[in-house]
Amino acid sequence: MEIKDIIKEENLVYSKTKLLTDTTLTYCPGCGHGVAHRLLMEVIEEMNIREDTIGISPVGCSVFAYDFMDIDMAQAAHGRAPAVATGIKRCWPDKFVFTYQGDGDLAAIGTAETIHACNRGENFTIIFINNGIYGMTGGQMAPTTLPGMKSSTTPFGRDVSLMGNPIKITELVAQLPGTYFVSRQAVHKPANVRKAKKAIRTAFEVQQQKKGLSFVEIVSNCNSNWKMTPIQSNQWMEENMFPYYPIGDIKIEGKLIKTN
Amino acid sequence: MAKVKGAIIIDKEKCKGCELCVVACPTNVIGMAPDVNGKGYHFAYAINPESCTGCENCAIVCPDGVISVYRVKVTVE
Ligand SMILES: Cc1ncc(C[n+]2csc(CCOP(=O)(O)OP(=O)(O)O)c2C)c(N)n1
Ligand code: SF4
Ligand code: SF4
Ligand code: SF4
Repeated sequence: MEIKDIIKEENLVYSKTKLLTDTTLTYCPGCGHGVAHRLLMEVIEEMNIREDTIGISPVGCSVFAYDFMDIDMAQAAHGRAPAVATGIKRCWPDKFVFTYQGDGDLAAIGTAETIHACNRGENFTIIFINNGIYGMTGGQMAPTTLPGMKSSTTPFGRDVSLMGNPIKITELVAQLPGTYFVSRQAVHKPANVRKAKKAIRTAFEVQQQKKGLSFVEIVSNCNSNWKMTPIQSNQWMEENMFPYYPIGDIKIEGKLIKTN
Repeated sequence: MAKVKGAIIIDKEKCKGCELCVVACPTNVIGMAPDVNGKGYHFAYAINPESCTGCENCAIVCPDGVISVYRVKVTVE
């Protein structure tokens, strides 16, 4: 069979979801934000909840998420997405609400909003992109930067005696009674992409059940600020980020299943 | 015997040349073009289209969502 006979509408098995606009993503080549956006929109499309979903974009590289996701969106001040989501969800308890936040946004300036929304058990979903660095502003150290990891503000590597240890905020929020589902995933390889999508789907289903907050971390690359090619950065992520931020579910149906 | 055959279309102008699809393909279908697109990136293309099984791996790892995948079942004697 010729290639031209295969490329026909009826044989199409995968193409970009219509819930992503045709606007070119502002992300660097190979950045995980793009895959994370797409999975989120695929889940919303498959659950058929586009008209009932409201997203909150953060400050960071993904500040323009509202230009890329073709759904209702609001944009919050740096770190405040969980507070904005709380307001929206409490006004419209039957809508699906999610925040999309980087590690600088969620685990530094927004720590208070993150912890308290999780503790209150607000019925929305937090999608947390952890690339271990402040991407947008030029690669400064984040609370999640690994020990010894170089950044523009730690040119000799993060010295934990001076700067503290990286915060495992996902394990931290999993300890709170308000969180019902907590998972850590990645999107750099096909198998990871499939698992991450399942976790996002579960997170949205928890909203349907009104059981509490659902939280999905995606360990991702920031190849530009890590100063690597996309392929190298994904390899580095596997070798260095995964041992510190292990992939897998942490809390299911309100029960901790992993306590690392 | 039934066999699956696939084919991909890459939107060359939207590709950012990250090469993640190249390493994601189990059958080495994809390569990078020596020339560049309007954005100045070496774009991905099917260098070995006959080997495509339509597994979707390349498309799901593409951060820019520029790959479409087609798949058919064919009977071979
Ligand atoms: C109140 C406030 N403080 C600081 C900034 C500057 N700022 C913009 S993005 C950013 C960090 C973003 O890092 P992260 O959340 O990890 O997202 P990434 O860009 O890596 O995806 C900072 C500090 C700001 N915009 N507003
Ligand atoms: S700076 Fe980093 S996080 Fe931001 S788009 Fe580029 S690779 Fe992605
Ligand atoms: S669909 Fe699968 S086999 Fe075909 S090019 Fe993509 S990764 Fe390779
Ligand atoms: S993964 Fe997408 S953007 Fe990257 S080289 Fe392949 S087609 Fe281009």
